[in-house]
Amino acid sequence: MGKERVAIVGCGQTKHVATNDGSIATVVRQAAAAALADAQMTWSDIDAVVIGKAPDFFEGLMMPELYLADALGAVGKPMFRVHTAGSVGGSTAIVAQDLIAAGVHERVLTVAFEKQSESEAMWALAVALPFQPPMHAGAGGYFAPHIRSYMRRSNAPDHIGILVALKDRLNALKNPYAHLHEHGITFDSVKDSIMLWDPIRYSETCPSSDGAFAMVMTNEKGGDAAAAAGRPPAWVKGTAFRSEPTMFAGRDQVNPRGGQECASDVYKQAGITDPRKEIDVVEMYVPFSWFEPMWLENLHFAEEGTGWKLVEDGVTQMDGDLPVNCSGGVLSTNPIGASGMIRFGEAAMQVRGQAGEHQIDGAKTALGHAYGGGSQFFAMWIVGAEKP
Amino acid sequence: MAEITLPPRLEGVEPVRSIRVPASIHYRYTAGEASSKFLREVAKKRLVGQQCPLCKKVYVPPRGCCPTDGVPTVGEVELKDTGTITSFCIVNVPFMQNLMEIPYVGALILLDGSDLPIMHLIQEIPADQVVPGMRVEAVWVPDDEIGPTLESIKYFRPNGEPDAPLETYKEHV
Amino acid sequence: MRDIAIVSFAQSHHARAISTHNEVEMLMPLLGEAMGAAGITKDRVDFVCSGSSDYLAGQPFSFVMTLDAFGPWPPISESHVDMDGAWAVYEAWVKMQSGHADIALVYAYGKSSPGDIRRVLSRQLDPYYLQPLWPDSVALAALQARAGLDAGTFTAEQMAEVAARSRRAAVDNPFAQLAGDVEAATLLDAPDFLAPLKMHDCAPVSDGAAVLILAAEDIARELSDRPAWIRGIDHRIEPHALGLRDLTTSASTRLAGEKAGVHHGEVDLAELHAPFTHQELILSEALGLGDGVSINPSGGALGANPVMAAGLVRMGEAATRISRGDANRAVAHATSGPCLQQNLVCVLEGE
Repeated sequence: MGKERVAIVGCGQTKHVATNDGSIATVVRQAAAAALADAQMTWSDIDAVVIGKAPDFFEGLMMPELYLADALGAVGKPMFRVHTAGSVGGSTAIVAQDLIAAGVHERVLTVAFEKQSESEAMWALAVALPFQPPMHAGAGGYFAPHIRSYMRRSNAPDHIGILVALKDRLNALKNPYAHLHEHGITFDSVKDSIMLWDPIRYSETCPSSDGAFAMVMTNEKGGDAAAAAGRPPAWVKGTAFRSEPTMFAGRDQVNPRGGQECASDVYKQAGITDPRKEIDVVEMYVPFSWFEPMWLENLHFAEEGTGWKLVEDGVTQMDGDLPVNCSGGVLSTNPIGASGMIRFGEAAMQVRGQAGEHQIDGAKTALGHAYGGGSQFFAMWIVGAEKP
Repeated sequence: MAEITLPPRLEGVEPVRSIRVPASIHYRYTAGEASSKFLREVAKKRLVGQQCPLCKKVYVPPRGCCPTDGVPTVGEVELKDTGTITSFCIVNVPFMQNLMEIPYVGALILLDGSDLPIMHLIQEIPADQVVPGMRVEAVWVPDDEIGPTLESIKYFRPNGEPDAPLETYKEHV
Repeated sequence: MRDIAIVSFAQSHHARAISTHNEVEMLMPLLGEAMGAAGITKDRVDFVCSGSSDYLAGQPFSFVMTLDAFGPWPPISESHVDMDGAWAVYEAWVKMQSGHADIALVYAYGKSSPGDIRRVLSRQLDPYYLQPLWPDSVALAALQARAGLDAGTFTAEQMAEVAARSRRAAVDNPFAQLAGDVEAATLLDAPDFLAPLKMHDCAPVSDGAAVLILAAEDIARELSDRPAWIRGIDHRIEPHALGLRDLTTSASTRLAGEKAGVHHGEVDLAELHAPFTHQELILSEALGLGDGVSINPSGGALGANPVMAAGLVRMGEAATRISRGDANRAVAHATSGPCLQQNLVCVLEGE
């Protein structure tokens, strides 16, 4: 089959904020330029550009690859745009690395972004689907009943969500690019914040952000060259997507089979048999705090019903043995279309030793995870410091 | 980012930071056969689900295909407008634009005879007394306001029956 | 590179408005038809990819519901582009090249009827400088046609001939929307619609969907008696602002055609995704197609233009003719964006 190895040799992102003053092109180009600078390449070194973002209604701009061709140096090159709902940042990274794995291109630039302040993201998320029963309550209202189900199934104590939110927001203080830097945050400040959709509190909910994340990927030759120049790449060891229907009779929305199978697939590709032991650091998509214990189970890090114990025991803290979301995660930064790629990219940054203050020392193997829709689209990758 | 040098006549002029561009597009949506049939029955105060010929599950509202088998759901099954709450959340944010008093309860309700919970509002009971397993019935809008929309059901309220045992709805939680 | 072929194709009867069926209902029978023709059931599909547009549907996340038509259970490996399905075919082809899939199913659909397609497409433009002016897609194409006529790149007669030839060809295409026996001379006398374009110079507004199945190597030979092999596939994009481009040529089509290897052999037919008559002339020149090439035997986009599926339909139409033995080597093309900003070229060949 001749599968080529893929190396991530450059990562870049914007400082995520509620409203970025730049134009859409500016935001995207900033992240891309930062990734190119990190890779010590220029626009003309790139063979193809793959972008990803969530629904175009968020910005009021249809098919943004058309408008962004110039800003991303894509003129005369193949340019592509992926849209798989919330998992899109992850899917985009996978499609980009497929171009290299398949031997189609040698150097690919990939960018995922969202400029939620441009249009009205809250409206776009809550738009009543014609002929569908009214949702009444926004995204949190969709997930809250399932979180309640998890709490009941697992007998998890009420405060687990608060612990996750506190951890992620404190981690974010070590990430200069994160949107929320809540210097005064405490357990009580999270607990006392307004309850939005019981059991989800305001401080346990992701923000709405403007931002972009970009990566430069190359083939083995490019990866080796970067390593030789003292810029260790992250190597792709496994990638997978899974999708399942939004709603069907008997669907498990708490521990979706799609997520479980996607994880099993990606672990198998990476040769991982004991994820809890073999993975050093995890970046998972947690937009509402309770998703951390739920995903820990879904991703086979904990037996069903016990994910919350890992949280309570501090296992997922930066000083625990399975640190989760050292970047601050989606709870601290959420430009929806970019969030998946931020997870994938932060995983790459960890194994490259590039994560600065939120670096886990000696991280060799990292999992990047993204999900979207009604917990139905999953995209995951495993990256490592060593070649597969 | 590169610094831009302004020509002399623009120096001191306040830059444009953003522009406001109102945009509106009108769409006429097609419900499709399955939804149309369903909504016409709703207009007659009837809830009619559709059954998949392969897995036999009854879907409401039906969308024309079974999401796991990818085949048209053709069998019609009339359902009662009573059901069991499988899960719920208490909403504290004014999404309903002040039509509902906060807090209000959004719940997943498994209508008797169907296999997929629908999401709707729960009223006529304090939010903190709602529990999974609670038996509820639909409260329809006045007859002259009933139309081909699920908003013909104003909300669901407890119907007084004892809570359903977990086994009856376990699959859905 | 693995040998990958199109082994099956199905499309809807494209129409001005398919108002009794929603997108899921429009797509479902075609999925069954395409899989049935290839002799497979959904469990043999390794990867699904689709093309559609939220803005066209007037719904964020519109593609999510449509996936149900495939019945993605047990969970499947699947992706989506908010672009014409031709680019979904490209993504699937790459996935197969990377070794992750041996059989891929690609579907595309679009209903232009819900919104005003000309206004909707204006949302593709630069949001700061162009969108506020609401330049509609036909007006922009008219600009391009004017540029070409003034430069002598093509003539009004040639445009009318494209329209007449396409209509006549569509008579033999049961899926086309606009078909008939017309003479170019008659068309030339028609009043202007948006000068210099006349109504017949523009594609109709259509609702429609299409599905095609790709398979690799021996599996393709198992599923089809005469697979249409993808010998080359490439796509390129040009600058966005119209003023930065020479609208009378299609540089990206030329480049994509070279990279895809159009002239590595003789071309029997070309299915060009040209929603305007003058664009067919521009594309055919960019691809260096000589007089011996049969262009748009299906009637092309001028016969039916289900936006988001029309490019994939060109690939399917070309592949079908190869599979039937009516042609040996074909070019299929898809376009996206205002005035041919982005173009994809695919070269197909029988064994």
